[in-house]
Amino acid sequence: MTREFWKGNNAFAEAAVRAGLQAYFGYPITPQTEALEYMSNRMPELGRAFLQAESELGAINMVYGAACTGARVMTSTSSPGTSLMMEGLSYIAGTEVPMLLVDVVRGGPGLGNIAPSQGDYNQMVHGGGHGDYHPIVLAPASVQETVDTVYNMFDIAEKYLTIGVVMIDGSIGQMMEPAEIPPMLEVRKDIPDWAVRGGKGKDRRVLTSIYLAPEEMERTNLRMMKRWQQIERDEVRYKEYFMDGAKLAVIGYGSSGRVALSAVREARSQGIPVGLIRPISLSPFPKQLIREVAEQVDSILVVEMNSGMMLEDVLSAAQGKTHVEFYGRMGGLIPFPDEILKEIERISKGAQKDAGHPRDLWLERMESIVQ
Amino acid sequence: MLVIREICGWNVWKVLYSRGVKMVTLDIKNMDVVYKRPETLIDINTHYCPGCTHGIAHRLVAEVIDEMGLSDTTIGVASVGCSVFAYNYFNFDFVEASHGRAPAMATGIKRVRPDRIVFTYQGDGDMISIGTGEIVAAAGRGENITVIFLNNANYGMTGGQMAPTTLPDMKTTSSPHGRDVKKMGYPIRASELLSTLQGASYIVRRSMHNAKNIRMAKKAIRLAFETQVRGLGFSMVELLSTCPTNWHLSPSDAAKWLEENMIPYYPIGDYKVHPLLKDIKI
Repeated sequence: MTREFWKGNNAFAEAAVRAGLQAYFGYPITPQTEALEYMSNRMPELGRAFLQAESELGAINMVYGAACTGARVMTSTSSPGTSLMMEGLSYIAGTEVPMLLVDVVRGGPGLGNIAPSQGDYNQMVHGGGHGDYHPIVLAPASVQETVDTVYNMFDIAEKYLTIGVVMIDGSIGQMMEPAEIPPMLEVRKDIPDWAVRGGKGKDRRVLTSIYLAPEEMERTNLRMMKRWQQIERDEVRYKEYFMDGAKLAVIGYGSSGRVALSAVREARSQGIPVGLIRPISLSPFPKQLIREVAEQVDSILVVEMNSGMMLEDVLSAAQGKTHVEFYGRMGGLIPFPDEILKEIERISKGAQKDAGHPRDLWLERMESIVQ
Repeated sequence: MLVIREICGWNVWKVLYSRGVKMVTLDIKNMDVVYKRPETLIDINTHYCPGCTHGIAHRLVAEVIDEMGLSDTTIGVASVGCSVFAYNYFNFDFVEASHGRAPAMATGIKRVRPDRIVFTYQGDGDMISIGTGEIVAAAGRGENITVIFLNNANYGMTGGQMAPTTLPDMKTTSSPHGRDVKKMGYPIRASELLSTLQGASYIVRRSMHNAKNIRMAKKAIRLAFETQVRGLGFSMVELLSTCPTNWHLSPSDAAKWLEENMIPYYPIGDYKVHPLLKDIKI
């Protein structure tokens, strides 16, 4: 294998192809469109299914249909498109069929803009579609990590019959980095036992998300929740940096985690005992780890490209065992390492504890920053 | 006994048997079975209201699937509406779509399993209100799927609200004083609309209000599936249907109402027929 220069959107598309993707359905939306364009050439070249749908509604329901046949299938989109797909995602979850969604997140709400953001955290991690379901949401921080995550996501989604989401900030989709694309896997020929194939009588299969009897629906809910428990146990992923002897833990994912690493490295060189935790699995969230870290450190600083969506999960995991602060940029802005370094320096000098909710305090500080 | 059971189905037979219907077997011992339940129609009672034409449409589809020998290659896509449980009645693979999205779901299936026969079964609220985008796009693409479209001029499942197909001045629970076209707009004629698309190969409208029309409907369904088998592209059969419960009419009055009111607005006819289909004799 060789390292090549890849644009994020093209790289994850090729990674999915190499993982044995059988069908891709999508709709153009910036900053994800290169993936659709790449697939429009690559999939037919290999004799696999590609279709540009009439909308994100169409795309996700094409994915739903293909997923019911047991095919490896995916779509990719960006935030407004993800909102449109929420209906389909809920149905797919309720039908218990696996699929992959790559969400290349942009600024919002509304039409927002096409700059990188992490504003989809809540709609992806905490649902967005109706009903009780939990997708697996992984948030890589580089082109290489995106490639590896997408490549492995089908196996995970199929193992748990669940939705696999790879959520990247627009910046990762758009930037070019050296990356190694894993080898081409063979397209699966067999049809999974649960999938529809055109069978009659005893071989007949019906895939649906409707359970009219509440007891039956609850049994399904519980079955899905049991599977989710197993996912929470076995599929938590994160990276730790400089956490040995750290008194302050910075927590950030994706691009904000990556920028935070630069700030943490700089702070360490200045002798500040600070480390970084970069969750890769946002769902399941590394609750246990954060709980343990909260017991060891004096403070936690959460860094995001939103108004503190993961912050709530960190607060809930930390259970008040340590002081938590927040720093975020919104609207499609990526924080600079200097901004995070300033926060690290401020907190390490001794932050005022119990002064209010971390979001309120951040909003106060933001007033001077945005002027 | 077997003959009667074949004719009327196991459930009805059980009732007849429990009421002492046994002696008739002697009289029909040597008779041929000329009419029986299609193999691919499951022998259970449906949830449809008395006089509803969904049962007829189900039967026609099942007969065609049987006659064409497609029962072990077909995947059906049920939609949202009264036919949400259609998959309970067909003895082959089925999936259940979200409201209006059946053509997109069918597209996904067909694109990864092009050798399978894929059809959707949709009502008017599902197909030409919430699902207008999906049906127009699928027809425009010439997607090689078949659509069975039942038009009963209202939302049956939710209790008879106004649909895009509701006739002018027709009373429904959400147009209690009749559909005022100045405020609520005009009905959408789906067959006429879809027939303008180049990708559509077979678009016809039939009715199910009497035996003659039901026979014509079956031929159309057969041709629609023949369209797909031949890989000719998108096919749709619109079936004018009765909804006695929400129309507040008896089944026979509903059939009459359909003939007198719906057919003038929604004329029966062939709106688009691919040249290669014209020579097929059913």
